[in-house]
Amino acid sequence: MNGNRGQPQHAPNTSGHRHNTLWLAALLHRLSGLALAAFLPLHFLVFALVLKSEAALDGLLRWTANPAVKLAETGLVFLLTLHLLGGIRILLLENLPWFAGHKRLVAGALLTASMLALIFLVRAA
Amino acid sequence: MNVRLYVLQRASAAFMAPLLLIHLGVIFYASSRGLSAADILARTRGSLLWGTFYAAIVVAAATHAAIGVRVIASEWTRWRDDALQALMWACGLLLVALGLTAVAAVVLA
Amino acid sequence: MGEIAVSLWRGRADGSYQVYRVPQRDNQTVLDVVTWVQRNVDPTLAYRFACRVGMCGSCAMTVNGRPRWTCRTHTAKVVNDGRLEIGPLANLPIIKDLACDLQPFFEKWQKAKAVFAPRLTREDAIERIMPTTAARLAADAAIECINCAVCYAACDTVRWNADYLGPAALNRAWTLVNDVRDTGNRQRLAAVAAAGGCHTCHSHQSCQQHCPTALNPTASIAGLKRHTMQAYLRGELE
Repeated sequence: MNGNRGQPQHAPNTSGHRHNTLWLAALLHRLSGLALAAFLPLHFLVFALVLKSEAALDGLLRWTANPAVKLAETGLVFLLTLHLLGGIRILLLENLPWFAGHKRLVAGALLTASMLALIFLVRAA
Repeated sequence: MNVRLYVLQRASAAFMAPLLLIHLGVIFYASSRGLSAADILARTRGSLLWGTFYAAIVVAAATHAAIGVRVIASEWTRWRDDALQALMWACGLLLVALGLTAVAAVVLA
Repeated sequence: MGEIAVSLWRGRADGSYQVYRVPQRDNQTVLDVVTWVQRNVDPTLAYRFACRVGMCGSCAMTVNGRPRWTCRTHTAKVVNDGRLEIGPLANLPIIKDLACDLQPFFEKWQKAKAVFAPRLTREDAIERIMPTTAARLAADAAIECINCAVCYAACDTVRWNADYLGPAALNRAWTLVNDVRDTGNRQRLAAVAAAGGCHTCHSHQSCQQHCPTALNPTASIAGLKRHTMQAYLRGELE
């Protein structure tokens, strides 16, 4: 927030309010949800593949041993856990009387999601 | 977003939350054991429990995701109500169709 | 003490920032800076203020990207590297320079039915309200809103959704939902349960972070979500 540095600006600068942990948490919640929604059809298709043959599914499951795929799976575990825990925070916010400590809960969700993803990565490797 | 969509979205989320925790457990179990297709199918084939469990997740996830995508599109694009409705139904139906097909594939013999 | 290079928004939505050099003083507020420019440099600068002591909310503007009361913002706290940036509030049409049009904000207040609908008349005895009941405590926690529009300007959901009634209107509606003297709840709950109502809120809490009166519209809106959901499930809505 250092003001105009001499560059012509064609709309007033009004994004300072976004430097807010809970705004960031909401953005992460939205983006993780979008990513999961985009991933789901692929996920379903993989398992529908078994209709073709077990060999096809086995072939795919061997493909999932590929480190790049393992990394992507780790990312999905992270996104799912983050979205799930963030969602629980919102459900509590909306249905219980107001409580403080939301920033701490967000930090906790981020930490838990990271740890779970790390554990997944390590165990799957 | 109105009260009807809100109730559906929050209810599907609340319903899914415990189921997804179990699913996360399943993911960890399957991946760390290095389960093959045969291993997975041996557990799911003919199982009413797994069939019901995952069918429930599919329907809840499809509802939740479809409404969520509608809300995001309503805020981040300029689409009008009719386009948003179409988007929501398309996402929801696609996810239900693909999801139940997948559940059937691993549960039915 | 030195000078501040102050960027002030000039013009309407298609305007631009102009830089003015303003002497920095001890105990100087951002409102003092704006006033100094208007009196000493450019009398055509348009801006609003009234009480200048943090009671009326008229002087709300965007300072370094955040909405705040300029009479309650000391320059020492916000000047960075000798620079300061001041613009009109966000999410509202710009009339000129630092003054925006609050009409849409007030219209949404009406649209939320955040208006007291009395049951009694002046002929009746005054109704006694205990300040310690749960409903009155809930109303009192949200009642001090002076409609300065800082929360409205801080809200990205307002920015992204033209229908969204916004934190202030919904907060006001909540105080009335909890007012036992009021009779307008049926219409009010229907109004805040419609598209653009309380369910549009994503709980960013930008409103609560920026409210100069330390109110919490997010909490009020969560209360509205609970009440409307219950009314909906009981079939009392629509």
